[in-house]
Amino acid sequence: MTAHPFRTGLCALALLAGTTTLASAQVTLVRGNDTDPATLDHHLTSSVAESRILHDLYEGLVIQNAKGEVEPGDAESWEISEDGLTYTFKLRQDAKWSNGDPVTAGDYLFAFRRIMTPATAAGYASILFPVLNAEAITAGQKQPDELGVEAVDDHTLKITLNAPTPYFLELLTHQTALPLHQTTVEAEGSNFTRAGVMVTNGAYMLESFTPNDRIVMVKNPNFRDADTVQIDRIEWTPFEDRATCLRRFEAGEVHICSDVPAEQMSYMRENLPTNLRIAPYLGTYYLPVKTTNEGPLSDPRVRQAISMVIDRDFIAEEVWQETMLPAYSLVPPGIANYVAEPPMLDYAETDLLDREDQAKALLEEAGVAEGSLTLDLRYNTSENNKNTMTAVADMLKNIGINATLNEMEGAGYFNYLREDGPFDMVRAGWIGDYSDPQNFLYLNQSGVSFNYSKWTNEEYDRLMQEASTTLDLAARAEILADAERIFLAEVPSIPILTYSSRALVSDRVQGWEDNLPDVHYTRWLSLSE
Amino acid sequence: MLRYTLRRLASAVPTVFIIVTLTFFMIRLAPGGPFDLERPLDPLIMANLNRAYNLDGSLWSQYLTYLGNLLQGDLGPSFTRRDFSVNDLFATGLPVSILLGSLALLLATVIGVILGAIAALRQNSSLDYAIVGLATFGITTPNFVVAPLLSLFFGVLLGWLPAGGWSQTDPIYWVLPVLTLALPQVAVIARLVRGATVEALRSNHVRTARAYGLPARTVVIKHALRAAMLPAVSYLGPTAAGLLTGSVVVETIFGLPGIGRYFVQGALGRDYTLVMGTVVVIALFVIVFNLIVDLLYTFLDPRVRYD
Repeated sequence: MTAHPFRTGLCALALLAGTTTLASAQVTLVRGNDTDPATLDHHLTSSVAESRILHDLYEGLVIQNAKGEVEPGDAESWEISEDGLTYTFKLRQDAKWSNGDPVTAGDYLFAFRRIMTPATAAGYASILFPVLNAEAITAGQKQPDELGVEAVDDHTLKITLNAPTPYFLELLTHQTALPLHQTTVEAEGSNFTRAGVMVTNGAYMLESFTPNDRIVMVKNPNFRDADTVQIDRIEWTPFEDRATCLRRFEAGEVHICSDVPAEQMSYMRENLPTNLRIAPYLGTYYLPVKTTNEGPLSDPRVRQAISMVIDRDFIAEEVWQETMLPAYSLVPPGIANYVAEPPMLDYAETDLLDREDQAKALLEEAGVAEGSLTLDLRYNTSENNKNTMTAVADMLKNIGINATLNEMEGAGYFNYLREDGPFDMVRAGWIGDYSDPQNFLYLNQSGVSFNYSKWTNEEYDRLMQEASTTLDLAARAEILADAERIFLAEVPSIPILTYSSRALVSDRVQGWEDNLPDVHYTRWLSLSE
Repeated sequence: MLRYTLRRLASAVPTVFIIVTLTFFMIRLAPGGPFDLERPLDPLIMANLNRAYNLDGSLWSQYLTYLGNLLQGDLGPSFTRRDFSVNDLFATGLPVSILLGSLALLLATVIGVILGAIAALRQNSSLDYAIVGLATFGITTPNFVVAPLLSLFFGVLLGWLPAGGWSQTDPIYWVLPVLTLALPQVAVIARLVRGATVEALRSNHVRTARAYGLPARTVVIKHALRAAMLPAVSYLGPTAAGLLTGSVVVETIFGLPGIGRYFVQGALGRDYTLVMGTVVVIALFVIVFNLIVDLLYTFLDPRVRYD
């Protein structure tokens, strides 16, 4: 971006106009977000866009640093019992809420009990089901005070789990595990998220929330690490239209875009090379195949043939303009708690023509004659999904498989997949909640509602079960890798792309580091002149 | 006149009632619900949510509850923006949409009428052709093309105006959205006024006025243009309702917090109450503006009388 004195002047004016009540010496960061949060009550949230906002407002027991790694947050240290079932957190003495109250173990206890209470109707409570009795409380079978969380004293919090959960600390970075200011929530009820009422313990506090416009946050003077926080004020701005964010970024009105318009990738590569950030992300785009359908799709050889012939490089480069990366495994590369050499489909490096020959041979072995198989391919409405599936249909033609394309609107689509709709192959995507292979591999366990392919494999289920009780992380990683090998041999779902995070970051923003979970708390950032 | 107005307003009640009823049941026919996400919720949690939002009762009881609340002016809680009620959302969004819409309407009417009148008075001149050409361009160029172009040109390239964003107090943010909204309307109004003026200039009452020896200015402004306003006014009624209730395209492209986006966001997110609320608001605007148009007729055309 070239500096243009006249424009810069006007932009400064424009920025000031929005902040007339504030002194101009304050540093304001304008951050684009994918969309508005559905709510600031973190117990009712689930999305990544919400997580960005909430992690600026709240501090959890653990936090993620600029690299996305888990670090102590409100808890300065913790002990894990030998059986892996009990976590004892020591809270910092100097942790404070924005109104000056100390952050206590009781605030955490209150929050954990509240999210499990049926009346809260927390959509994402299930992420904390590893906590003892959590599931039964949500089901109304047990009382909230039976939850495996205990405030030993004001600064000691003990959490007991149902079973060893090696990724439990990763789980605690999720926004559902953030604390709540008990007295405010109890006094204000559902109004506690309103500006002027909301009390938070993070680096920032809420100044205003105007839907479809912006969420304004200001630095929390009571935050224990307030001295290190360099941005005084944040304007979180929702951009459903990514191209709007790009224009405002180029005009100097926005410092960070959380996403970019995929159709303008080549333009941004050329004109904003230092600002465009593309990094592998914790997500996989895959094609579940209905394995319970009568006929050839129940045969792993047929599914492998389909997988072989899909040219992932073409789809990543041409359809997604490299906003997606080719994938040959379900678990995204670079994930935490996994083996050094994760399993991959063994034809990743094979030439496509050779793969076609191998695929044809597999089909012949399976007794599928050329032109005899017609697949029903489904996807939820989106230009890129459509183009991806069209490309897949074309590729299948090369090995004599016909395909019909069916588009479905988003709202009903995933219900259709879960409710065992009569599809052959569909498009699905999964973004990990935490950096651990289990979060991807459990999608294929028998009886899991996300198991769209309805695949069942006893050995796979057994390995997943074994992994869930194995405390040694290295041994557990090996077991999970074995499970993924079984999955890749049978490909009930065909991984084709790894998601990438893409952002535009102004040259003025310091401290931004690309990382796999794509988390960038504003407190790690600063804005240069 | 007053009786007529009251009668029209009274007849609006059943209209709104029918619209509300149809919309209520139609949106429920759409597959999916407000809490269906890509990640399905645990059935337990879904049951808790449905209970919290009164979605677990029968459709009829939900409908009656909705009607009851509506009569008290309560549009209900939003399902997708859970920190706000639908009333809250309109309280912040409607002023934005009304501000932009009325400015656009004013601009479009003033410029459209002037251009249309000039074109009519200089019929078949190059000026006339230029105006008609411009109007055709304005009608045929969709706002999703105009908006990004204006934003790119004035916001990014020249840097004269903000490329997007909103401020209720700073008019610099209003310029591009108002222009985008007004442009197609200028074109339509100019064409309507031109056609009607051309016709009015040939009409009997204008010929009579000329025969009386009235000054040309009086003939044109008081007699020809006044009659020529009728088609434009008829057009402006529903158009005003549309403009004042926001434009999803313009709001999305410039990032404005109006209510136009709620209709689409609500429909896609199956936010039943938000969709219903938007429908009610739009219906009221259409009814009121159609009434205003009908009342304006009596001022513009002496032949129209309601009493």
